[in-house]
Amino acid sequence: MSPTPTRKSLLTTYLQVAPLTLVLICFFVVPVALVVVVSFFRYQMLVGIVPDFTIRNYVDLLTNPTTWSLYISTLKFTLIVLVITFVLGFWIAYFLVFHVRNLLVAIGLFLLCTVPFWTSNIIRMISWRPVLGKEGLINNALINTGIIDSPLQWLLYSDFSVVVAYVHLFTLFMIVPIFNSMSRIDKSLLEAAIDAGATRWGVVWNVVLPLCKTGIALGALFVVTLVMGDFFVVSVMSGGLSGSATSGIFNDLQFLNYPRAAASAVILLIVVLMIATAIFRLVDVRKELAR
Amino acid sequence: MKKTSGIFGTGNVSRRNVLKGGAAIAGVTAVTGFPTVWAQNLKDVTLTHTGMSYSTLPDIARQASQDLGFKVEMSVVDHPGLLNRMVQDPKSLDVADLEIWQSKVAVPQGVLQGIEIAKIKNWGELTPLYTEGTFAGKEASRQGDSPFEFIYRDGADGNNFASGKTDFVNFVPGVYNADTLGIRPDLVGREITSWADLISPDFKGKAAIQNIPTNGIMDAMMAFEAAGMLTYGDKGNPTQEELTATVAKLIELKKGGHFRALWSTFDESVNLMASGEVVIQSMWSPAVTAVQTQGVKCTYQPLKEGYRGWGNGLALMSHLDGLKRDAAYEYLNWYNSGWVGGFIAKQGYYSANPTTAMANLTENERGFFYEGKPATADITSPTGEKTNSAGDVRDGGSYEERFAKVAVWNNLMDQAEFLYAKWNEFNAA
Repeated sequence: MSPTPTRKSLLTTYLQVAPLTLVLICFFVVPVALVVVVSFFRYQMLVGIVPDFTIRNYVDLLTNPTTWSLYISTLKFTLIVLVITFVLGFWIAYFLVFHVRNLLVAIGLFLLCTVPFWTSNIIRMISWRPVLGKEGLINNALINTGIIDSPLQWLLYSDFSVVVAYVHLFTLFMIVPIFNSMSRIDKSLLEAAIDAGATRWGVVWNVVLPLCKTGIALGALFVVTLVMGDFFVVSVMSGGLSGSATSGIFNDLQFLNYPRAAASAVILLIVVLMIATAIFRLVDVRKELAR
Repeated sequence: MKKTSGIFGTGNVSRRNVLKGGAAIAGVTAVTGFPTVWAQNLKDVTLTHTGMSYSTLPDIARQASQDLGFKVEMSVVDHPGLLNRMVQDPKSLDVADLEIWQSKVAVPQGVLQGIEIAKIKNWGELTPLYTEGTFAGKEASRQGDSPFEFIYRDGADGNNFASGKTDFVNFVPGVYNADTLGIRPDLVGREITSWADLISPDFKGKAAIQNIPTNGIMDAMMAFEAAGMLTYGDKGNPTQEELTATVAKLIELKKGGHFRALWSTFDESVNLMASGEVVIQSMWSPAVTAVQTQGVKCTYQPLKEGYRGWGNGLALMSHLDGLKRDAAYEYLNWYNSGWVGGFIAKQGYYSANPTTAMANLTENERGFFYEGKPATADITSPTGEKTNSAGDVRDGGSYEERFAKVAVWNNLMDQAEFLYAKWNEFNAA
């Protein structure tokens, strides 16, 4: 309509973006820049940070097998949790959108999914202990019914319990965006597909799934960043036996090693950004959202 | 030094004090002697006592505020948190309730001020464990960071540790104890007599160790040495080779499934023990009390190799001056005057002034907590829940017996940075 912006409208545009830009500069650019700067500082035992320019922190981290094993373990958890939350999230959303005919019931059920979120993260996580513990519900039930003689150790303080907690905590972050994309699919598309002879699976595979790509990508992004950035769930649910990329940062902060913690943070940021870029390569979220 | 009467002796009013604005009023008041004005001003003072959860207790602040007439507030942090606060934000606290080894960071940083012994009225009554480095007439263990080695400083502004006794200290003795392993007597199924039992294959999948590098490594070294698997020149200051060997053994145990969990907080250790996930583990005394209050049998088992001792001190931050410093001295005097000693005895800790602490306990409690006698009636925790029944004897016996057997003190070793790196490997393994 007005392809050549006048001087005045340009000013208006700048004014319009100014508040958000300022917020982002104050609360995102500056902190990240500080972290990057500190990551090149020198650390002196228990004194803390000494301004300097050294790449020792990065060299230390990248040549240390501990870092690599922590990243491998974190990536392992991320992948497992991603797959499980996707399967759960997709089918729960599918059920809500296509099987529940009444919109009110669907919204009601959707709200039901958020009920666990009315309590704190910590409560939701800790409450798994009396269920999974040696003298917990599951073990007691199995022993009393005579299925096993001695309690299953791997239920708690294991990779299993970590995954259980992650799935419990993060599935909703997969449901919401997928639900959102799915509910925008025109139902007549599905009817058309069935009229054209598609099977039930064919409809899911060829129609629903491609149209949910945006939701899946956003959900995956949530889950990846949450799992990659976590150290609390993993340390509580594994009983301190497993670590994550972030727990390395926590350990460094224990004795004031801010420079190396900052370097770890920068590396983690780069890894997460790479994963995010990969996800956005697969799905053009911008285009899909504008659709 | 001239004996001072009350808080202010003329000798204590330094020029700096008088010159410092508001503080000058307090100084002048003291010289001319108007204690009522002083007491009026003191009411407005708020002191922040900052330390770890086990000793920074709101009940103490409440009682202190009531007894002293000014406000004492408690601010709880974890071990690294206290170091962070003292170094990065020293003005955010007034009295630091630090562990002995933490003074090795705080003192050279210059964040603490020297405390004048002459102003601590009950100094002469305080335990020689801190003031003389002896216990029951014998020299106390010097392995690790023993309180005596770090309590004295060169002078008020020296920021150096003194090699012998001086007129200034870095901190006034706080609470202390001798730590050992906690066990579930109903579930271990045999006698526990040695630190080696922590790593015994009998308890595979049922043992836990604390995930705080400085303390965890001590428990591990005690265990490996007791089992004859490793030897140490000085467990209080191990070499890189000794640390490497210790952590390698720990990783081997972890990979073999020996540890059910590693705990980082007090509550975690209580849960592990009370739920029966673990039957033997590193433990702190109040955690044992907490398990007992749930009606679960838990013993703080004395072991033949001795205890791992630790102690706290109350230090004054260097920004304190004038009226606030006077209030802080009042608080330090109050802290070891009895009430705190009686209160913390019930969670298993000892006061630096055992005489006044014992006076604040009933005869039954005194016998149980300090004298190694069987309880004549129920024993309760500081919060009033039952922990022991009549007839029970405290694990480890009397106060004297316990502290005569401290083998090594909690410490910050020379190779601490190396230790932290190694401990990270243990965590990630």
